[in-house]
Amino acid sequence: MEIFKQTNYDFIGKKWPFIILSLVLTAAGFVSLFIKGGPKYGIDFNGGALMDVSFLKRPSAEAIRSALRQKISGEIEVQEVSGKQEVLIQTGARDDKALQIVRGDMISTLDSAFNPGANSQKLDINTSGQATLADRLRDPLGRAGVGLNEDQLQTLTKAIMNYRDTPSVHSGLVASLDDLSSVPGVTPKVLDVIKQECQAGNFAIRSVEIVGPKIGADLRQQAINVVLIALAAMLVYIAFRFEWIYGVAAVIAVFHDTLITIGLFSLFNKQIDLTVIAALLTLVGYSMNDTIVTFDRIRENLKLQVRGSFTDIVNLSINQTLSRTVLTSGLTFLTAISLLLFGGQVLSGFSFALVVGIIVGTYSSIFVASPILIFWQGLAEGRTSQGRSPAPAGRTSSVSDKGVKTVKPVKTAK
Amino acid sequence: MKTNLRYKFLFIVGVVLVCIYGIIGLPKSKEELIANWHERIHLGLDLSGGTYLVIQVQQQDAFNQEASSGADRIKDAIRKANIPVGEVSVGEAKDLQDAKSAAILVKGIPATSAGSFRSLVNEQLAEWVLTQQNPTDYRLTLKPTAALALWKNTLDLSKNTIDKKINALGLTEATVQQRREDADSELLVQMPGVDDPARVKQIIQTAGVLELYDVKGGPFQSRDEALAQNGGVLPVGTKLIGQPPTGAAGSRGGGVYLVARTPVVRGPDIRDAKPESGQLPGSWSTGFVLSQEAAKRFADFTASHIGSPLAIVLDGKVLQAPSIKNQISDQGVIEGQPTQQDANDLALNLKAGSLPASVKYEQEDTVGPSLGADSIREGFYAGIAGVLAVIVVMLVYYKKSGINATLALVLNAIILVACLSYFDAVLTLPGIAGIILTIGMAVDSNVLIFERIREELRAGKAIIPAVDAGFAKAFLTIIDTHITTVVSCAILFLFGSGPVKGFAVTLVIGLVANVFTAVFVSKAIFEWELSRPKPVEALSI
Repeated sequence: MEIFKQTNYDFIGKKWPFIILSLVLTAAGFVSLFIKGGPKYGIDFNGGALMDVSFLKRPSAEAIRSALRQKISGEIEVQEVSGKQEVLIQTGARDDKALQIVRGDMISTLDSAFNPGANSQKLDINTSGQATLADRLRDPLGRAGVGLNEDQLQTLTKAIMNYRDTPSVHSGLVASLDDLSSVPGVTPKVLDVIKQECQAGNFAIRSVEIVGPKIGADLRQQAINVVLIALAAMLVYIAFRFEWIYGVAAVIAVFHDTLITIGLFSLFNKQIDLTVIAALLTLVGYSMNDTIVTFDRIRENLKLQVRGSFTDIVNLSINQTLSRTVLTSGLTFLTAISLLLFGGQVLSGFSFALVVGIIVGTYSSIFVASPILIFWQGLAEGRTSQGRSPAPAGRTSSVSDKGVKTVKPVKTAK
Repeated sequence: MKTNLRYKFLFIVGVVLVCIYGIIGLPKSKEELIANWHERIHLGLDLSGGTYLVIQVQQQDAFNQEASSGADRIKDAIRKANIPVGEVSVGEAKDLQDAKSAAILVKGIPATSAGSFRSLVNEQLAEWVLTQQNPTDYRLTLKPTAALALWKNTLDLSKNTIDKKINALGLTEATVQQRREDADSELLVQMPGVDDPARVKQIIQTAGVLELYDVKGGPFQSRDEALAQNGGVLPVGTKLIGQPPTGAAGSRGGGVYLVARTPVVRGPDIRDAKPESGQLPGSWSTGFVLSQEAAKRFADFTASHIGSPLAIVLDGKVLQAPSIKNQISDQGVIEGQPTQQDANDLALNLKAGSLPASVKYEQEDTVGPSLGADSIREGFYAGIAGVLAVIVVMLVYYKKSGINATLALVLNAIILVACLSYFDAVLTLPGIAGIILTIGMAVDSNVLIFERIREELRAGKAIIPAVDAGFAKAFLTIIDTHITTVVSCAILFLFGSGPVKGFAVTLVIGLVANVFTAVFVSKAIFEWELSRPKPVEALSI
């Protein structure tokens, strides 16, 4: 099967709609960033607390927010996770001392709001760890005459925890203590002791992330530095392998990709956290790849002294690599989409950045990087028209290839 | 070509076997296979569940402590040398950035004694730099080399002490490392399986400094009463230590004891400690054992102080003040621990010793086990979906050569996982995303090669030269593209924290493995197909 057999589209000629699209997207991004006062940083960069809570029956976001507002000061954001009885609760930045108690405060507030009638003496089995459960049950089990040595106690509590945490079956929540009778080792006597000492609350804490202000500020600075260093490193490498104008063109294209991606994050109100920066850096690499493949072909065609103007050569190179470009982008896009659809909520920002970035990165090689080369070429030669000249076998002095050894027979562009 | 090919295949099979061994060892049963797998592939905290703490060691405490003992030393020396002095005090550093500016302040040295003062300083405080503020006042700060050494020592000691405390809790898989360069004074604690770090944090905070003091007077109701009893001023060689309120809801109020200035037994003298059942049923105590040298000192002391009270002071507060009944040499008991866990924690803190400086928690990440399991499952599904999509497209688009590409991909994945195992790298959720991405990007190499081969065939070349040319021409492009992605991963690795580092590592390993599979292995498979006795009419590509 071959979709792109010897195509001959005039990509460069049709660049203007795409360049305008780019400008529009970039402008939209900037406007959004401006209105919202900068990108929406996650707690990695802002500091604060992020708690992932799953409920037996999820209350409304507003109910959760108003319950928390009683004890937690500052910004509180509650985001519902689609398709699950789960919410993400995020509090704004605060100083170290306040951060230490915010975890306890959040849990106790949620407890009093959503575990009505809870007995404060009993251990909530849905928010406790295995070790705490073992410690709690050890003496009562002994008193009830259930003779368990330490190993057996640990195995029993581990089995209970495994039951509770089975992915997608209970996902960390025990609905009622009676359900535990199906766990190996839980005899009726043991179940009685458990009922006496524990209770099953209505929610479980899936994860907690608390970031202090110092780390947040450090990371923000580093993120910017890192992206800039990566771009600079690419520039140097490409300038070394090709010529410096190729390096500049490639970097501008990648920079454009990054800006549009960040702008889209702002438009869609998505948070930028550390994994998103990782995705951005991956995109930088990926977009470079794409641009290099095209440049490689341009260089090869120049070496072969293909007949035609520089614009024609660029067009030819793009057409020749079109099959590969579409296929690779398509396949990488497929993997990114499957990450977005199936990869879960933790990676959602990351997957979104990849999906957007792959699309933008692919078209930027064709409609941003290459036109820059041609534009520069035009400038250097002092020609007013788009690089079309009556001169033979189009190699000119400013955009050349180093170290040409032999001149191969001229191949005509079909 | 035939023997060459045989060696190539032997090499490839060898690589595959080494990889499979790296992943699952030599299992004799299914259980062993699963056990080996779990042992060799380390899961990050975001997949296994656990807690990750970033602790900032408050160096200023250590520096202030150093200044304080230096001040004591120079004060003694000044007194012994009979040099008149106004006041010796400590200029404390308030926070981490100013830690090194902790200073000893000496005021009121008359100009005539300046010379002898300076020689005293050279003798007693050799590591301090003396600056004269005005004719009678001086300020001493640590020399840069000494300050650096203290900084590093504090960091190391904190790291070791926290490590001991955490291990003593039974968390054998936990690790404590220095987070970045010394200048940051940060420690990274990773505790797999811990979903509530409250107890660990509590234990880290508790200093566990135990001291036994000879009680001179008390208990008094308050500091003022203690002073009043002694004519308004403390007798020479004594100090006051408070006792926190005890009993149910502080019913028995706290008090103040007058004790000797230096303790009979200090923290470092304790050799061992363990929880014990208390005198009354259901109560708990912590017993401790002294070192040999301290035991001798203690034996002498108790023998000569029978009947008088001994203050047991923990972290600067009086716990109990029982009377000495008979000579005790090396063992002691602290009674009245509310639960077995408290007795246990106290024993733990006594054994581990105290932290040289207090700590601040910069970051705390806890992932519960249910989220970890869900993440693995979701990552797995995304991976399967992605890989299947890629394989289907390759087969449809490149026909039989698609099989070639699929084999290369599978090998790529195996090498990737094996490298993770051999390098003891940690697999995190972004790491799984890295693997999935590698598959997408890896296929690019094959696409580059296959497109080239198609072009060469179209240009009229025969099959074998076309394949050779395809590989040769695509090789440089493949190297170029891989290097750029590797560079961005290297930067990510240097800059990122745990999970992001995991992503960079898997992506880099995947890319490097990809050069091997796409170029060497794919070519070998083509060569094998083309060297078979029945000549190939047309290449299925």
